[in-house]
Amino acid sequence: MRGDPAGMRVLQPRTIEEALDAFARRPSAVPLAGGTDFMVAWNAGGENGRVILDLSAITSWKRVRVSGRGLRIGALTTHWQLQHEASVKKHLPLLAEACATIGGRQIQTRGTLGGNIANASPAGDTFPPLAVYDAKVRLRSASGRRTLPFIEVFEGVKKTSLGAGELIESIDVDAPRKPTRQLFRKVGTRAASAISKTVAAGLLWTRPDGAIRELRFALGSMAPTVKRLRAVEAFVAGKKPTGEVVEEAAALLEEDVSPIDDFRSTRFYRLEVSRNLLRAFLK
Amino acid sequence: MSSVGESSRRKEGPEKLTGVAKYVDDYHLPNCLQGVTLRSSIARGVIKEIRFDPSYDWDSVVVATAKDIPGENYVYLIEVDQPLLVDREVHHAEEPILVLGHKDRAKAYEALSHIEVEYEPWDPVLTMEEALVGKRILYGDDNVFKRFEISKGDVEQGFKDADVIVSKEYRVPHQEQAYLENNGMAAWEEDDGTLVLMGSIQCPFYVHKAMLPLFAREPEKVRVIQATTGGGFGGKEEYPNMIAGHAALLALKAKRPVKMIYDRHEDMRATTKRHPARVRHRTGVTKDGALVAQDIDVLMDGGAYVTLSPVVLSRGILHASGPYECPNVRIVGRVIATNTPPNGAFRGFGAPQTLFAAELQMEAIASRLKMDPVSLRQTNLFRIGSITATGQTLRESVGAENVLDRVLSRSKFRQKKSQHARWNGSKTKPTWRGIGLATVFHGDGFTGSGEVFLRSRAGIELVHDGTLRIDAASTEIGQGTTSILAQIVADALDVPYDWIDVETPDTSKVPNSGPTVASRTCMVVGGLLHKAAKKLKKALVQAGANWPLTREALATSAARACGKKRSIDFVEQYRKPGDVTWDEETYRGDAYGVYSYAAMVVDLEIDKTTYEVTVRDVITAQDVGKAINPLLVEGQIIGGTAQALGYALLENTVVDDRGVMQNAQLTNYIIPTALDMPTMDVTIVEEPYSKGPFGAKGVGELPMDIPAPAVAAAIYDATGLFMAELPILPERLCQALHDSAQS
Repeated sequence: MRGDPAGMRVLQPRTIEEALDAFARRPSAVPLAGGTDFMVAWNAGGENGRVILDLSAITSWKRVRVSGRGLRIGALTTHWQLQHEASVKKHLPLLAEACATIGGRQIQTRGTLGGNIANASPAGDTFPPLAVYDAKVRLRSASGRRTLPFIEVFEGVKKTSLGAGELIESIDVDAPRKPTRQLFRKVGTRAASAISKTVAAGLLWTRPDGAIRELRFALGSMAPTVKRLRAVEAFVAGKKPTGEVVEEAAALLEEDVSPIDDFRSTRFYRLEVSRNLLRAFLK
Repeated sequence: MSSVGESSRRKEGPEKLTGVAKYVDDYHLPNCLQGVTLRSSIARGVIKEIRFDPSYDWDSVVVATAKDIPGENYVYLIEVDQPLLVDREVHHAEEPILVLGHKDRAKAYEALSHIEVEYEPWDPVLTMEEALVGKRILYGDDNVFKRFEISKGDVEQGFKDADVIVSKEYRVPHQEQAYLENNGMAAWEEDDGTLVLMGSIQCPFYVHKAMLPLFAREPEKVRVIQATTGGGFGGKEEYPNMIAGHAALLALKAKRPVKMIYDRHEDMRATTKRHPARVRHRTGVTKDGALVAQDIDVLMDGGAYVTLSPVVLSRGILHASGPYECPNVRIVGRVIATNTPPNGAFRGFGAPQTLFAAELQMEAIASRLKMDPVSLRQTNLFRIGSITATGQTLRESVGAENVLDRVLSRSKFRQKKSQHARWNGSKTKPTWRGIGLATVFHGDGFTGSGEVFLRSRAGIELVHDGTLRIDAASTEIGQGTTSILAQIVADALDVPYDWIDVETPDTSKVPNSGPTVASRTCMVVGGLLHKAAKKLKKALVQAGANWPLTREALATSAARACGKKRSIDFVEQYRKPGDVTWDEETYRGDAYGVYSYAAMVVDLEIDKTTYEVTVRDVITAQDVGKAINPLLVEGQIIGGTAQALGYALLENTVVDDRGVMQNAQLTNYIIPTALDMPTMDVTIVEEPYSKGPFGAKGVGELPMDIPAPAVAAAIYDATGLFMAELPILPERLCQALHDSAQS
């Protein structure tokens, strides 16, 4: 262990207001919302001396609220809760599925959706579902609230557009109308505790004549941030998914993503498999 | 009262289960410093200067360098080429340069960041191929640490007699042992001047021996104790010599106890791994499948120092021709020096590398002959009377055909194969399915005259109060040593298992029963204890004991046998069986006293979308002579299979431009989880060995040898892709499918 427990300073606010005040005063503090990724870096000695803002006492952010078709998911809701929450299973099944593939059971019961988003890993498994659900992220600071489209939260690898002293309060999602087909698939090579090589979510609506009314398709681990395949989505709209259309769509995938070779996988594999997932989903 | 053959409860099980067992880092040592290591950032070069940040407060830090070593600066092993700390010349990245201690571990790591090393970097040699070119010489005059050759019959004539010749090249990578507990050691000096080492180790007497030249000490002034150890797999065979030297050096300089506990990053980057290898096969066969010539070239990457590489290579080449009889064989093996962290012992010890090649070569031959791979194996498999590549006649306990028959019938091999062919014929199915087979052997105990040189000793102490205690240096590293040794002794004495105590492996208390390696503990040390127990029983009989024995009667006869002494020791020393001969110079004779055998069928499925391989079923039969504790044997087989499925499919050591593991964490070095394990059907076959206790041979390494070639054979069956390099990652399958579609 290279982390230094003696040098660790932990702020423990009891209310939302205390948390926002503390964060405003110390904007360099690390908000701890599960800490399953942070503690790995801490153990390696990379976070010594950082002040930690422990959010675990803010119980009102640990719930999912439903109003009509709208879900307001508190930022501190765990992956385990999301897998079992009836409203999430019913309206946002891709998110529930994604949460079941994160880490192992221990990670799922500790890690939170808000923590996952703020951590901004390119491989965040909940991100493709939230991207296709057109989620919004509600941010709060001592000076007020603002709402961002989910995909605009991310600026790069481990980089967000959150301002100084801003915390994620909730993730707001409207349940989509019932899709004709939907997909979540994580490709991580082992059954648990795997980091995605590519991770996909898709929603598809077809017209009675079989033509595609709307496609929403998002990929993770394929670029510095999660990506909606805008070029593919626009191309297939209104078309019947013939073999030719599907192949052209697959060829357009690269317009929106830029995977790399790294020690987890190769660019070639990530592209091949992502194209295969898209093909299989469209057919 | 039979104990052998029962799945008795593990002796140390309850302590581990309840958290009472103490691993080295659990011990509270008063006034202890935490030791950490400064390692080289370059692969090759010379240290010009070590600078300590003058603005940092060094008062609470103790630093030790090569200059503080009171004796000779080497880590004793086969050769004395590896320094404990670099004095001048760096031979691999992550090589230890100095050690320092602070009472707080995080502060010790922080202190490391205030030291700057200036190097004169030299161009390193990072691959075997580069080393063989010989532009830069790292060792001897050709970068070859060791070369062996095995020769039988006339290979050239054999190829002339062949109808078909099949040539292939195979490659296998590094593999990390990934024990649960990282390497760790504590050291301190007692008031009487004894240097004590306590740690996570497989071989207490190896550590003991290595300390003597480093610290210029008499043997009685060094004591080595095994703490509870969280797995070894060979990774704690020789590396503890290094970490013990570091901890002791710092403890002696600081005059305080020191603990050195590696974290996972350091353990994976800096400590030994399985040797990567390139194996080339050229095989001559007749059209009906009889092997007539095997020409095999084995190349292993030893890394920067000799460590155990010559013996790893030796075992590698001795298994390179597979469990098959062939009249004409030539095997040449070389282990090469490179500027990479030294490779070392790992379960299987060279055999998994060469057996992967040997077994997959059988698939290549069968395919070339359009012959059933089962019949090809059956034609050539070892049986009683077969003569091995070294000219050894197999006289007993040859379970090769038996294990193969068992897995064929239990797996319904042929039926499954045709079912899969039908499945694969359908374009709409989401997967390809395949079934593959392998058959292997594994020599038990040390190679050749190794056991003779070891002169192992083990004994049983009969205390006057009736206590029966096993004294051996053989370590419990999760595999069940203490339990099986106690079962053997209990059975030989005809007393309950619970009556047998086992002494902690502590060099001040136990005789040297040799290292806990090479699938030797049960067969060799168990054999010594079996003999000792028979003598002890005789002594009890003479002291008037009758069976069934009660505890009271045991105490009475023990007191009578001991007379005025507190206890009597019944110690046995290894003696070479008379009919075993071995010539180290020519590599002819009985390479091992006996071999264990295994067959395995792997049934798997490959996702057409992601190229991910899911192993669905593993059916295996393994001939271990006699299962002293069947549940522990099954545990060894299942655990070894898991480790080898990782080797086959997942574990990918990515090396950076300094030759160091880049993915040195369990997040990115992918070993299988419990959820990845297939269902397993394990059959234990018992072809008894007359010189093993109750017929027992070895099982520790055998299961590691066999899954990889069976997996590759199943992938070949499923896709027609001959994947001759491990690991068979989805990325590689994806690329291979793409390439085969192109051509």
